[in-house]
Amino acid sequence: MWTPVGWGRWHGRALTVWATSAAHRGLLEPRLTPSRGAAAKSRTADRLYSSADRKEKIDMSRFSVENIRNFSIIAHVDHGKSTLADRLLELTGTIDKTKNNKQVLDKLQVERERGITVKAQTASLFYNCEGKQYLLNLIDTPGHVDFSYEVSRSLSACQGVLLVVDANEGIQAQTVANFFLAFEAQLLVIPVINKIDLKNADPARVEKQIEKVFDIPSDECIKISAKLGTNVERVLQAVIERIPPPKVHRKNPLKALVFDSTFDQYRGVIANVALFDGVVSKGDKIISAHTKKTYEVNEVGVLNPNEQPTHKLYAGQVGYLIAGMKDVTEAQIGDTLYLHKQPVEPLPGFKSAKPMVFAGMYPIDQSEYNNLKSAVEKLTINDSSVTVHRDSSLALGAGWRLGFLGLLHMEVFNQRLEQEYNASVILTTPTVPYKAVLSSAKLIKEYREKEITIINPAQFPDKSKVTEYLEPVILGTIITPDEYTGKVMMLCQARRAVQKNMMYIDQNRVMLKYLFPLNEIVVDFYDSLKSLSSGYASFDYEDAGYQTADLVKMDILLNGNLVEELVTIVHKDKAHTVGKAICERLKESLPRQLFEIAIQAAIGSKIIARETVKAYRKNVLAKCYGGDITRKMKLLKRQAEGKKKLRKIGNIEVPKDAFIKVLRTQPDK
Amino acid sequence: MALPGTWARGWAAAAKIAQRRRHAEGARGSSSRAPPSSRAALYVHWPYCEKRCSYCNFNKYVPRGVDEAAMRSCLVTEAQTLLRLSGVRRVESVFFGGGTPSLASPSTVAAVLEAVDQAAHLPADSEVTLEANPTSPSGARLAAFGAAGVNRLSIGLQSLDDTELQLLGRTHSARDALQTLAEARRLFPGRVSVDLMLGLPAQQVGPWLGQLRMLLGCCDDHLSLYQLTLERGTALFTQVQRGTLPAPDPELAAEMYQEGRAVLREAGFRQYEVSNFARNGALSTHNWTYWQCGQYVGIGPGAHGRFVPQGAGGHTREARIQTLEPDNWMKEVMLFGHGTRRRVPLGQLELLEEVLAMGLRTDVGITHQHWQQFEPQLSLRDVFGASQEVKALLAQGLLLLDHRGLRCSWEGLAVLDSLLLTLLPRLQEAWQQRTPSPVQGG
Repeated sequence: MWTPVGWGRWHGRALTVWATSAAHRGLLEPRLTPSRGAAAKSRTADRLYSSADRKEKIDMSRFSVENIRNFSIIAHVDHGKSTLADRLLELTGTIDKTKNNKQVLDKLQVERERGITVKAQTASLFYNCEGKQYLLNLIDTPGHVDFSYEVSRSLSACQGVLLVVDANEGIQAQTVANFFLAFEAQLLVIPVINKIDLKNADPARVEKQIEKVFDIPSDECIKISAKLGTNVERVLQAVIERIPPPKVHRKNPLKALVFDSTFDQYRGVIANVALFDGVVSKGDKIISAHTKKTYEVNEVGVLNPNEQPTHKLYAGQVGYLIAGMKDVTEAQIGDTLYLHKQPVEPLPGFKSAKPMVFAGMYPIDQSEYNNLKSAVEKLTINDSSVTVHRDSSLALGAGWRLGFLGLLHMEVFNQRLEQEYNASVILTTPTVPYKAVLSSAKLIKEYREKEITIINPAQFPDKSKVTEYLEPVILGTIITPDEYTGKVMMLCQARRAVQKNMMYIDQNRVMLKYLFPLNEIVVDFYDSLKSLSSGYASFDYEDAGYQTADLVKMDILLNGNLVEELVTIVHKDKAHTVGKAICERLKESLPRQLFEIAIQAAIGSKIIARETVKAYRKNVLAKCYGGDITRKMKLLKRQAEGKKKLRKIGNIEVPKDAFIKVLRTQPDK
Repeated sequence: MALPGTWARGWAAAAKIAQRRRHAEGARGSSSRAPPSSRAALYVHWPYCEKRCSYCNFNKYVPRGVDEAAMRSCLVTEAQTLLRLSGVRRVESVFFGGGTPSLASPSTVAAVLEAVDQAAHLPADSEVTLEANPTSPSGARLAAFGAAGVNRLSIGLQSLDDTELQLLGRTHSARDALQTLAEARRLFPGRVSVDLMLGLPAQQVGPWLGQLRMLLGCCDDHLSLYQLTLERGTALFTQVQRGTLPAPDPELAAEMYQEGRAVLREAGFRQYEVSNFARNGALSTHNWTYWQCGQYVGIGPGAHGRFVPQGAGGHTREARIQTLEPDNWMKEVMLFGHGTRRRVPLGQLELLEEVLAMGLRTDVGITHQHWQQFEPQLSLRDVFGASQEVKALLAQGLLLLDHRGLRCSWEGLAVLDSLLLTLLPRLQEAWQQRTPSPVQGG
């Protein structure tokens, strides 16, 4: 996972350095949800009781397929998903009611603090209904599009979902994104209108929204207050009545889907699995369809929500499996497990993690490098979707280029580094992977493919050798009160977005769909959207592939000398704005020197922006007599020491701070 | 101010001695050829002020009452102790600084000078400067200081604009300043210096140049131009931090400085140091000693000194600082004869760094002869001649290295601190690479 990449640079718009503490809430705050495999050390620490404590193993054979329901809860952030999960767990006796069940499934520090789910958790609920013992598997999916792949894998283990909507806020962007994921997976959707106890609750309006946007008859909505427990029992009944049992067969050979995995320091990888066919028990030899590696099963069990060993797991059931895997990359989400000598067709849809957002990460102080390295290693051991490449910047020293599934994923990672490992880092502005379709036979030969992905601006091939450049795009959903529609549309236009759809979801709420270049939303789009709508607009997006883009490479020059750190790939239409902004910020942060400095942004040989830092006219201590000498000498020597550490570009000295300040993106005005 | 009888007598006696000293001068003649280690300048710190100025972070106190007799006695004792320790046989200048030394009695000044003359020799032509605020001394008082042995005055005039004076927290008006200046010139012709500040918050170039021109019409032969430095812990600093005052504009200050020095050059003043200008050869000998890295002894609370304690058999130059707080300093002087709080021996490289940083502040810079006095082995050309970075500064016309020595150009002087950031590391490097000299004592 630690691959050297050579001289590092910032990529794409390469603009921001985020210190981890920087309050870039970006896309984060609204939708913190699970990170793929982002299990926590806190998970083990918070475990209410470990599997070893439970001697008596449950016999899972008594739950036949007809009595099994596999479902998920999906919701916009803060609409009450975790509270509902707590109530369901209490009702079924999975957890004790007297305990302070504050969102039992949220185990990460960030989750508890922010009241949002970062890490998917799964629980098996045992429920008696009309004399029958049901096994209800609650597969708590990550809800965020950063993890849409994980969501799709989790959902593929379900037959139905509870779509929770706040009775006051109504449908939000993430509700829509979640609904369509479930819809595409052909799952049964049970709409649940939550928080009906609130003063401003308007469940009737929300019913109408659901009918209009999702085409679900309003009488199918269950109106509850998860907080007070009102009508929660009806939710369980609906799960049993409306969601079909899984279509699986115990008699067939084992076919198990890995839909999550975590790492335990003592026991290795714990894979969460859903059995599509067959049976698995301790001692079985299993094979990963992806890696073809063979493992012996040490332990199987159910999650309620902590691991509880069972004798076996049967088709249709959901649980965990420990089989001597040492690394989470051995239990990749979406992988299929089958029995040795009984190969099966792998379940469809498996993909390796594909990072969509990249950022450079550097210790604030180079002496912290080893500590940071160990923290990054510890975090990635649980999150195989973060790609890590060793990187180094002339200005910022040794660090890494990290690839994330999306912005939220990046933010969660960063926050965990800070909170759990107390590491302070410089994070450069996120950039996106561009592509180029090559026309030069020589280059095609060199790369051994016609279409290459460009992560490092230094690799950006010249226009003459390229048929076209491509940039990643996303389909964004924005839901806003209609008074802000004009402003939202202007913001989207400024971000090169193309409108795809617009509809009123009720009398005064509008849903807009736009195709955005991913690069245009990675930095501060969400903050801008929130601030222009007084916090009322919500935003979510899904991957929409690549589109042709008129990309150029922009150089930044100091007195004609190239500043490698600041080479940027930018859309032609944005080159002037971005170039000017970089030049202006450099001007603010470059200390004066004994000569004039020309700061230029250039595309090829064409200068598109320029600023000038004038030479020092006066820099000498006014008063220097007997008493001041010691102080003066100390100051001069400290400055001279500092000067040695400065990066020199030509004969211009550039302090690290200047890079950091320049690379920090400033919010749109 | 009525002095008790005994004090008055003491003062009269001291004044008489000062007179005697002055008359005896001719007989002794000048002996500046005496070895450097037997000569020194003396700085006397008077720590008290009437009022705190808004920009000043010096070691000063605004007391309810000063026990002047005790202070005088301690200054005398410390002067005797430290001069003996230094083994200095000739004090070539004395500078009474502060604080506001013009608030001290002329008798105190006389007593210190007498002690100096006894402990070492204080030639009659030695420069004896007193810092004076335009408010504190009346003409008669200035005359009394003259009788006590003071022969040069440095007047903290600061500004000729009453609003600016208020901003600075000064107790005098522009009119007071001009009156004091006229009085001082009458009493000490050719021996009066004035300070003018530049780069104050909201100060504009035109009006400031107007002040300078006005001052040129009535000043004597010495002038200092100081750019305001906002020092932490001062009222002005706090006001600027809080935004109640605009921060001084460094661009404007640079312009005032450049225009100001040009005006002074036209008026026949020599800019002999970054902030100091003199005509008719009226340079300050005392300050020149600092910039030439001569020896100096500092007495009084918080005073600094740099000398070789030869009287105690020492061979290494020491940086010394006296206890800051006046009452504690006095206690120590009474107990031990001096209030030296810290002594730091200066290494040869450190000394050379000071020679470089201080010497380049002057217009003559560092002559080859001057450098050789401190470092006979490694010449200026050895140190700086081959460096590409130094060559770039020479080529830019900021620095000169020629048969005379190393010095700043007119333009270079204004950006000396930037030049030193190249020169100091170069010196360190050359020092580390030198072949150690075979026979070098100490």
